[in-house]
Amino acid sequence: MNKTLNHKAWVFVLPVVVFVAFNAIIPLMTVVNFSVQESFGDNVFFWAGMRWFEQVLHSERFHAALLRQLLFTGIVLAIQIPLGLAIALAMPRRGPWVSVCLVFMALPLLIPWNVVGAMWNIFALPDIGFLGKLINALGFHYNYTRQPLGAWFTVVLMDVWHWTSLVTLLCYAGLVAIPDAYYQAAKIDGAGRWAVFRHIQLPKLKHVLTIAVLLRFMDSFMIYTEVVVLTGGGPGNATTFLSIDLVKMALGQFDLGPAAAMSLIYFLVIMFSSWLFYTLMMRKEER
Amino acid sequence: MAKISIRDLRHSYVAKPTREDDWALKRISLECRDGGAYALLGPSGCGKTTLLSLISGLLRPTEGRIFFDERDVTEATPEKRNIAQVFQFPVIYDTMSIHDNLAFPLRNRGIEKPEVERRVGEIAKLLELDKVLDRRAAGLTADGKQKISLGRGLVRTDVNVIMFDEPLTVIDPHLKWELRSKLKELHHRTRRTMIYVTHDQTEALTFAEQVVVMKDGLIVQIGTPVELFERPRHTFVGHFIGSPGMNVLPCEIKSGQAFIGEHAVKTVEGRPSGNKHLELGVRPEFVSFTATGLPVDVIKVSDAGRFRIVETKHAPHTIKLLVPEGTEIPASAAHVHFDPAHTQVYEEGWMIA
Repeated sequence: MNKTLNHKAWVFVLPVVVFVAFNAIIPLMTVVNFSVQESFGDNVFFWAGMRWFEQVLHSERFHAALLRQLLFTGIVLAIQIPLGLAIALAMPRRGPWVSVCLVFMALPLLIPWNVVGAMWNIFALPDIGFLGKLINALGFHYNYTRQPLGAWFTVVLMDVWHWTSLVTLLCYAGLVAIPDAYYQAAKIDGAGRWAVFRHIQLPKLKHVLTIAVLLRFMDSFMIYTEVVVLTGGGPGNATTFLSIDLVKMALGQFDLGPAAAMSLIYFLVIMFSSWLFYTLMMRKEER
Repeated sequence: MAKISIRDLRHSYVAKPTREDDWALKRISLECRDGGAYALLGPSGCGKTTLLSLISGLLRPTEGRIFFDERDVTEATPEKRNIAQVFQFPVIYDTMSIHDNLAFPLRNRGIEKPEVERRVGEIAKLLELDKVLDRRAAGLTADGKQKISLGRGLVRTDVNVIMFDEPLTVIDPHLKWELRSKLKELHHRTRRTMIYVTHDQTEALTFAEQVVVMKDGLIVQIGTPVELFERPRHTFVGHFIGSPGMNVLPCEIKSGQAFIGEHAVKTVEGRPSGNKHLELGVRPEFVSFTATGLPVDVIKVSDAGRFRIVETKHAPHTIKLLVPEGTEIPASAAHVHFDPAHTQVYEEGWMIA
């Protein structure tokens, strides 16, 4: 093979390289830089090696935050994926109600995250919020600012409200793309509602669902703004997820070294999990 | 299996049809005998797919009734009608093996396992899929997938009719011929009633015993391929079937004799109701050069294998001839003769009986 080498091509790639460097590589390298050194300010640094990583990996505080994070993401995925899919299945395929449903579903996605937090903060207050009052009126003692369980319930409910729409819209797009002939053939073959779901809709939605799980996994694993505005990570540390813990460490205590090490671990966990999930889903495809 | 009777069927996709154009099917009556092979043939938009969906029960007719034997099935669901359909684009269940695809309609109906196995094996052999039964259906080529679609219809012994909606659209040309002969063979062996929708005359004429030619939501003619060829009841059938299509020339009838301009032409006997818009139709196969007769000018000769298509002109009208290879073709001015047994007169497009 005779490949022409044309170094001029680099000139065209350069703008992108510069752009990516500024918005990703350079900040990331700064973090790497912090994670292996100790600093007392004034730009004075001492080499720390892997010390911060060891410290973070052995710290109970990190374990607890990671555990809370995994639990939260697990719960949120377990609710949002089936619920989003169910709503998508219930939405009309054609007719005037399609646009109404779509707009209605898209609304929560359009609200800024800190506003979502603020909304739910007031909405769920036991003395003045509608939700808080309602739950108490039903005979349950509920106060999310005091009860860890109440706080978890509120945070999960808020995230479900905010993000289930994304799963629904993705699934709906996938469902609409299935040609009518499949449903007609299934009808003729005598397939029931469950068989249609199991053998036509679910297989055809596989890729869309993979994307939905990936997006929801990454987003929920990085959740910050809404929870900070709603509970501030409390009561106590009950809803202090990884990102909140990270900010506390970096900006609250100004422990830049451990915080940098923690963000790198955090980043690697998300990347590895996503990669693992994606590879597993796609490998099944090839068989 | 059943005889299918369609009585005064009309269908419109518009909620309240008012104009004639609102009707996708204007008025259709049709009888398909048990075990026959039928083709619905017509150009795009003639209503053939609509008719098919009405028979299968995927659509409800606006007016008219459909009977399977003496049972009125107009309101019945596709499942209740017990029909099978092969769609334009192959429909298979991706995640299942070929075996499970074939077994699916039987399992849905709660048939016992040994019986399912027996029938799947039988049909797989018939379709020559028995060697690959364990393979995933998603990996097959388009023709293999269409075979599975067909197989899902054949495994059920109680199917009233198997319908095909342009099933060869996505099949490679060299496989089309193979699958077509396979279909024909299957029809002979299973003797199921089959209805085949297509816009391709070759497919329709090779597959069907009876071809139903449709145009603008109406049936123009029902007949065997030979009848459609030799006695097209409408000039549309003459044009649509045959290659090249029938010659159609304006004519007049004077005292029982057809005339093209000043030239008398012998035709099949028939008496027009009036003298409005009369035409004479003769297929290129039944036109020949003679010493005397209708004077024409030879315009173009093209080779079509064992035949030659000669294009001639009589005044402004084109007359095509199909002559065997080796026949001498006059250089320019010539005379042609129409075979009287195959020359028909049409009034307002319809043949005068």
